[in-house]
Amino acid sequence: MTEAKTHHPEPSYLVDTGKYKGLMAWLTSTDHKRIGLMYMYAMMIFFSVGGLLGILMRIELFYPGQQIYGPQVYNGLFTIHGIIMIFTVVIPGLAAVFGNFSMPIMIGAKDVAFPRLNLFSFYLYVLGAAIALSSQFMGNGPPDTGWTFYAPYSIQTHTNVVAAVFGAFVLGFSSILTGLNFIVTMHRMRAPGMTFFKMPLFPWSLYATAWIQVLATPIVGITLLMVIAERWLRIGFFDPSLGGDPVLYQHLFWIYSHPAVYIMILPAMGVITEIIPTFAQKRIFGYKAIAISSLAIALVGYFVWAHHMYTSGMSTTARWVFSLLTFLVAVPSAIKVFNWVATMYKGSISMRPPFLFALGFIFLFMIGGMTGLSLGALATNVHVHDTAYVVAHFHYIVFGGVGFAFFAAIYYWYPKMYGRMYNFKMANWSFVFLFTGFNLLYFPQFIIGIMGMPRRYFDYLPQFTLGQQLSFFGAILLAIGFIIMLITLFSKKGAKAPDNPWGGRTFEWRIPSPPPLENFEVMPEMGENEEPYDYK
Amino acid sequence: METETVHITPYRAHAWVLITLLALTFLTITVTWIDLSALTVLVAMLIASVKAYIVLTYFMHLKFESSLFRVFVIMVLAIYVLVILFTLSDYLFR
Repeated sequence: MTEAKTHHPEPSYLVDTGKYKGLMAWLTSTDHKRIGLMYMYAMMIFFSVGGLLGILMRIELFYPGQQIYGPQVYNGLFTIHGIIMIFTVVIPGLAAVFGNFSMPIMIGAKDVAFPRLNLFSFYLYVLGAAIALSSQFMGNGPPDTGWTFYAPYSIQTHTNVVAAVFGAFVLGFSSILTGLNFIVTMHRMRAPGMTFFKMPLFPWSLYATAWIQVLATPIVGITLLMVIAERWLRIGFFDPSLGGDPVLYQHLFWIYSHPAVYIMILPAMGVITEIIPTFAQKRIFGYKAIAISSLAIALVGYFVWAHHMYTSGMSTTARWVFSLLTFLVAVPSAIKVFNWVATMYKGSISMRPPFLFALGFIFLFMIGGMTGLSLGALATNVHVHDTAYVVAHFHYIVFGGVGFAFFAAIYYWYPKMYGRMYNFKMANWSFVFLFTGFNLLYFPQFIIGIMGMPRRYFDYLPQFTLGQQLSFFGAILLAIGFIIMLITLFSKKGAKAPDNPWGGRTFEWRIPSPPPLENFEVMPEMGENEEPYDYK
Repeated sequence: METETVHITPYRAHAWVLITLLALTFLTITVTWIDLSALTVLVAMLIASVKAYIVLTYFMHLKFESSLFRVFVIMVLAIYVLVILFTLSDYLFR
């Protein structure tokens, strides 16, 4: 296993050493780091498009009544906003970008177990995204079902549902293959001496995520094909007029789509677990509890799907069973938060941009999590179901959680990715705008949601005007913050980054910035008494 | 790296598995001609389970793999059973 290559320092992975140069070298590369970056670029484009669609919705909602477009366009906008953000940004999200870039290095491997399959997953991702987006321009107009494609409306609408559904199906395949690749990589390619309980916690979170990807995604794949079959062949799976059951669709859809929330959030939690000990220069508190809580979240998170369906007409028995299970999943999530806070306690904290974003994550995730409990409780759920309160809650988890962890991860691993530092002052300003804008955008939605503002409505009563307008200004601040972040990271080259700019202890900080093609010149080993976070 | 022993299943075993699977498929079709009322689905599922077991054991090589793989398969089946049970908590009590 051990190879000694000490004669010549290997060129960085950013240098084209293969058959092709330039763009072709990137598009044909099976290197996990390049594939991770390609996912990142693609996601930033999709995120910008999805965000722009969100701002278009906020412009329409600035005053009650119709402003610049009608209800059908609004329905199309929130549907494609959801499809882009959920299926092409947050579900692949951190796992595809940072799982690819960092995980193999963190476990001491040269690459993932199946590099070609990894590139194939990326192309499936691009293909799936292209098919989903094409739904906007082909057939009888953009789909108007919402990203959930609820039957029987998705069976009956004349809009272009099939392309969007098939795009999501292809994206699911990409997710399954990435998950499979990561499971095998972590089982088979860890450095000598690195037992499972010596593996860093970001890979642990990816391991739990990968199992959900492999086990849950096929269910939604089949469900989406059933929608297509029902539309084309008139088989009565879900449409009552054909003898089907619409609640069955909701069961099948949420059996995947709730665990998908954990596909999104678990890697985010993993990133935060890496950042906090590094910037507190302190051993992680409760290593095993964090590792096992990832698996617990993955497992329990699989059985809470029907809390999306309390008002769908399910049996009362099912409703209280799922309400109970929903409360159980809060336990491992809270374990993580307590451990992060305990790690920071008495640490020597340095307030660098990644740490600021990690703190932002904890704050926003806690608000998202606590409001999730009021939604998980059967009695309160029925009052706020399908209101703006739900919109605020899931944005606090999906954007406040996953989004902020994504930004934290970019700022954390950027010096390793490009071998360059960035302007901390600008990065801090991006945090101020993103954090303020985020809260101004989504917090009013909690208030108007409780007051009775329904979600997915193009028009509203005058008493919701102030809340909607505050949200608009929040969206503008958020967009400015994102633009500042892009300028900070990509406008000009920063100073050369040292190998270990943050004083991290995991393997990626022991190799050059940017890393050589095969990551390690000498394959690393983990000593018997060594730990992943052995800060003194 | 761990050393691995590669097990090669003889053609004869594969042939027997194929014949068994075809016979069970024939049995599945046969039972549809008999009126078993409520038991129809149960019998069909039982036959399908036996077929799945044979495929997993021989074609998918579980018989010759380490117990880790068996644990994973059992875990997946357990999750599948739980998903069905929780879904039935809706359908049986409406």
